[in-house]
Amino acid sequence: MAGTVPRKLRVEVLARIEGEAGLDIAVKRDGRVEAHLAVFEPPRLFEGFLRGRDFREAPDLTARICGICPVAYQTSACQAMERACGVTVGGAVRDLRRLLYFGEWIESHALHVHLLHGPDFLGYESGIHMAADHPEPVVRGLRLKKVGNDLMTLLGGREIHPVGMRVGGFWRAPRLEAMRAMREPLLRAIDDAVAAARWTGTLDIPEFERDYLFLALRHDDEYAIVDGRLATNNGFDADVDAFERHVVEVHAQHSNALQSTFDGQAFLTGPLARFALSRELLSPRAKEAARELGLNGPCMNPFRSIHVRAVETIHAAEEALAIVERFEPIERAYVDVEPREGSGCGASEAPRGLLYHRYRIDAGGSILEARIVPPTAQNQKSMEEDLVRWVGAHPELDDERLGWTCEQAIRNHDPCISCATHFLRVRVNRE
Amino acid sequence: MAPRKPKPKPKRAGDGETPGDVRPKLAVWKFASCDGCQLTLLDCEDALLEIAAKVEIANFPEASRAIVRGPYDVSLVEGSITTSHDAERIHTIRRASKVLVAIGACATSGGIQALRNFAEVGGWMTAVYGRPDAIPTLRASTPISDHVKVDFELHGCPISKEQLIRVLGAILRGNVPRLPHHSVCLDCKRNGTVCVTVAEGQPCLGPVTRCGCGALCPSHGRGCYGCFGPLAEANFGGMGRLLEVKGVDAAGRARLFRGIYGAAEAFRVESESHGRNRT
Repeated sequence: MAGTVPRKLRVEVLARIEGEAGLDIAVKRDGRVEAHLAVFEPPRLFEGFLRGRDFREAPDLTARICGICPVAYQTSACQAMERACGVTVGGAVRDLRRLLYFGEWIESHALHVHLLHGPDFLGYESGIHMAADHPEPVVRGLRLKKVGNDLMTLLGGREIHPVGMRVGGFWRAPRLEAMRAMREPLLRAIDDAVAAARWTGTLDIPEFERDYLFLALRHDDEYAIVDGRLATNNGFDADVDAFERHVVEVHAQHSNALQSTFDGQAFLTGPLARFALSRELLSPRAKEAARELGLNGPCMNPFRSIHVRAVETIHAAEEALAIVERFEPIERAYVDVEPREGSGCGASEAPRGLLYHRYRIDAGGSILEARIVPPTAQNQKSMEEDLVRWVGAHPELDDERLGWTCEQAIRNHDPCISCATHFLRVRVNRE
Repeated sequence: MAPRKPKPKPKRAGDGETPGDVRPKLAVWKFASCDGCQLTLLDCEDALLEIAAKVEIANFPEASRAIVRGPYDVSLVEGSITTSHDAERIHTIRRASKVLVAIGACATSGGIQALRNFAEVGGWMTAVYGRPDAIPTLRASTPISDHVKVDFELHGCPISKEQLIRVLGAILRGNVPRLPHHSVCLDCKRNGTVCVTVAEGQPCLGPVTRCGCGALCPSHGRGCYGCFGPLAEANFGGMGRLLEVKGVDAAGRARLFRGIYGAAEAFRVESESHGRNRT
């Protein structure tokens, strides 16, 4: 397309995300758009230092990859080790694992919806700025977030890097009174989450659709979170151990992070993927909220991820309440896991997408090899494609607005850059 | 349809109402880390808006796009130095900050990523990344105090919310922050938690670890793994011998000291007395 005005855009700091990265966008003379998400987050080499550690240490060590989703790391690591050792965790202990994870979903989604992503739609620099004019959603969001954190504290002792989980289950079973005490806050959280979903419905969402390949865990009986089979929206279905045969990581030159493809294609994990594959399994009020928001089928508009996160928050609060209500005191909250030589993989649904771990251990339980594929690394290519499409579709936007909306397009996916290997620097180059 | 046009200006955090804001400027900076310590600030749900009203949040990219130029009254620095670029950036931040507080295990000891300090990093880089040559990284992960003057260190992985609010409050009032200085072990006694070492023979670093977590791990029936770092003047050698008596093998003892705070001097020295460099 001759005649396109070439441009270069640079947004130095992409805020309200976890981790440090930059964004380079170039609009070429022929109208082509190139977009690179450059991760500046320094490598921390977890897969290196995990070698030689005891298999029981993986949950505590890998939690330190991310302060926002430590439970996801602990869960995927535990499951990989349990699988390597031929142990399955079910029943009440599995319930507790889901409950802790729902705490993380509620905390992370409430943070993202109200403080990190929501302010974009109303043109505010931050949730704190937004609170000056819109106190209600912010205060409600913080209240909701606190219930998530309280669940994490109940089962894990603290919100960030909880200490309660171990390979095989939990170190200690929660006390009945402490579980019952969560009932009232969770009832309130369901109402708050429903109100939050309605609030997201009032936001002016850009019209923008993409033809995504979605990858998520799918479970027969529940909206998958702690485990499930790998599934895509084009019919793929396989055990988690097929992950590395399809998802290939490539080290892109512009980034400290690895980028993934699924059978050679960019793909997307996270709320949109989960919703597309498992929406029938959402809790009643979450389904109702989805209908109210007009989410009648797979949602292909990444800007609407805020709707899906709000719906998932309702689901998390309802399911958490159900677990709290059916809880009966248990003596021992773990199963014994004895090491054996072999390897095992585990995957769970972090708030921002599928998190895969695989470990090879020796007969004594020493880790010989570790492989961790976080959701943001998997989503990175799709995020870049979003930008190319968005910039191409909006030549009318001036640099400032284009920069802001490109940041927003990245925030749609709640990237976790510490995980992927924080500031995002956005540079758009109009040649 | 194009999204709503961003509101013009307000570039100053919290402004709109007070041109010429005189609130102290707070900045939050990140180096190699997991973001957990700065997230602790956002996790102060009940106090967050109150804190935000008392200070001008001048630089906190995890929470806000608004960036206000320095100088800053208080800088909270999270993360360790692992690249030559970061080794330079920390000096710029120091120059722009009246008070600099290093927060968390990474900023005060090098963090979990300092486990590289015990190993040959090159091999790991090749194992993890396809093109390690393209990734700038230093051989060691080092605390902020190795590079610039640090006014106060707040420990923990993650830091404690209560301690953070206390320290910020003291600094903003112009006081020197004071935090309790005793072992996790003592907090267990105060909490009435049954000792996991005495009762169950579990290895526990409680006697030599700085308090601040509320003695969380033993209250969950497990031994402390030292996530608030070594308590100065503790008897580390005695701790090592106790572990040995309790049947922890040399490799296990070395690993226990070489965890979240592995590069902190006292833990490093003790770990090396039990095991040579890692396998």
